[in-house]
Amino acid sequence: MTAQDLDALYQEIILDHYKNPHGKGLRGDGASADTAEVHHVNPTCGDEVTLRVHLSDGADGRVVDDVSYDALGCSISQASASVLHDLVVGKSVDEAMAIHQEFLTLMQGKGTVEPDEDVLEDGIAFAGVAKFPARVKCALLSWMAWKDATARVIGTGGVAGKAGEGDN
Amino acid sequence: MVSPGSTGALEGLLPELAVIRKDFPILERTLAGGMPLVYLDSANTSQKPQVVIDTMVDHLERHNANIARAMHQLGAESTEAFEAARDKVAAFIGAPERDEVIFTKNASEALNLVANTLAWKGEHQVGEGDEVVITELEHHSNIVPWQLLTQRTGSTLRWFGLTDEGRLDLSDIDELINERTKVVSVAWVSNMLGTVNPIAQIARRAHEVGAIVVVDAAQAAPQLPIDLAAMPAEERPDLLAFTGHKVVGPTGIGVLWGARAVLDALPPFLGGGEMIETVRMEGSTYAGIPHKFEAGTPPIVEAIGLGAAVEYLGHIGLDAIHAHELAITGYALEGLQTVKGLTVLGPLAAADRGGAISFELEGVHPHDIAQVLDSRGIAVRAGHHCAKPAHARFGVQSSTRMSSYLYTEPREIDALVEALEYTRSYFKLD
Repeated sequence: MTAQDLDALYQEIILDHYKNPHGKGLRGDGASADTAEVHHVNPTCGDEVTLRVHLSDGADGRVVDDVSYDALGCSISQASASVLHDLVVGKSVDEAMAIHQEFLTLMQGKGTVEPDEDVLEDGIAFAGVAKFPARVKCALLSWMAWKDATARVIGTGGVAGKAGEGDN
Repeated sequence: MVSPGSTGALEGLLPELAVIRKDFPILERTLAGGMPLVYLDSANTSQKPQVVIDTMVDHLERHNANIARAMHQLGAESTEAFEAARDKVAAFIGAPERDEVIFTKNASEALNLVANTLAWKGEHQVGEGDEVVITELEHHSNIVPWQLLTQRTGSTLRWFGLTDEGRLDLSDIDELINERTKVVSVAWVSNMLGTVNPIAQIARRAHEVGAIVVVDAAQAAPQLPIDLAAMPAEERPDLLAFTGHKVVGPTGIGVLWGARAVLDALPPFLGGGEMIETVRMEGSTYAGIPHKFEAGTPPIVEAIGLGAAVEYLGHIGLDAIHAHELAITGYALEGLQTVKGLTVLGPLAAADRGGAISFELEGVHPHDIAQVLDSRGIAVRAGHHCAKPAHARFGVQSSTRMSSYLYTEPREIDALVEALEYTRSYFKLD
């Protein structure tokens, strides 16, 4: 790769999120029924994330109340977790899953997918990462962990009657 | 540190370095952006000299046939070349007997062969109450097979810890290696910390208690002269494993050397063609070594390529290669430590150290370092280098590793140091 490729990979937005990650640190109680915690590892490099999802009931179905995480890894995986937090917290689970799918499509597109800034916001900065197969897994680590954790909450029988019990 | 302009004066470098570099065609190539290749990932895999490439092509073009069973001229030529490769490998490690050299797929398979066959009935069988001793600095391939063995047999796995400097903590050697110990398996040279371990001392203690000594020589074989026959019997390992692709040979071929008495006592590993004496439906008898452990058609051209590789290294001389590695490693240790925020993991002196240097750079993840270095044509490894416990010992999750070899020049180390400074500025560290 050339110096230009390097700049395409390490967009300023990514470096900013890396230096000042949003929503980092585990919050709340991982044990309640509307919460799930997962631990995902990238075995090739050893990057790790422990990620906790907290859902609540909203007017339009379940809502992502919080995504909190502890992560060890490269700038791409750290920045990606930060962007994930920005994009899905406060959204309905359905909306968040749609954003997840959009990000996945972008990352698996080998650099051919034009990202939609209205949907992905800062996430469009990862378009350059999609050209580096070795780094796609870094960008997807926390996203896959989020999807897994969310599926586990939904699978545990839901959050009915638990709304408002909160994030503490 | 020796300044870049005066590196010609670096003592110990191979005198014909420029000629040696010409033997490795890949070193001529450029990468994206016209960057010349600076290959500092030889502990991962070494580059291949023209003679290895040519030997393999020649075999495939002119002599290809299966070995030991084809009753025709090509079969005879192929068999002869394959067995000549075994002779060359035996000479490379000073094996007391050429039949003690077993070809495997790689070092991992060689170690698994041993750990697997030790579970079965026989003189050396490991069972309940027995202990197997390894160390905290091992490559995963010298950890996991022993975990499997001890879990399957109800024996206990124990290990030497490490000092803060990254050397084995041998203070409890007499307790750790005791009359319950059946096997001691240790890397000669650490692939992460670079540490050269005192295998003679460990072997002496292990033999006192009647334990078998296994040495993982994957990182030692490329850079240390090995003369098994010349070692005092009490200090000689009983089994030694290494892989072809780190000694300028091809992938897909590895070596297990074992003392005849031990190999004869171990049961077969894989069953199949070539490893038998006779087969009846009721049962079989087995061939003698080395064939007993070489079931099926082996990687023929890879073995022949390995023969050419170790012959090439032998011509240059392992003493000279070792001196070159020491010089480059010392130069690199000095250079790396001029980079602000950089911490070397492992011994800081080149003596008793191999050519792999792992380090951390505060504020930048190893993957990001490797990516920036790659944009300047510099190839290093980033991650846990298949040595997660050793990383955990030093409280780090991953590291960046540079590793040199006989073709490495001081100016490549200069390029690395300069690129690390660039990495710091790229990630806006003060």
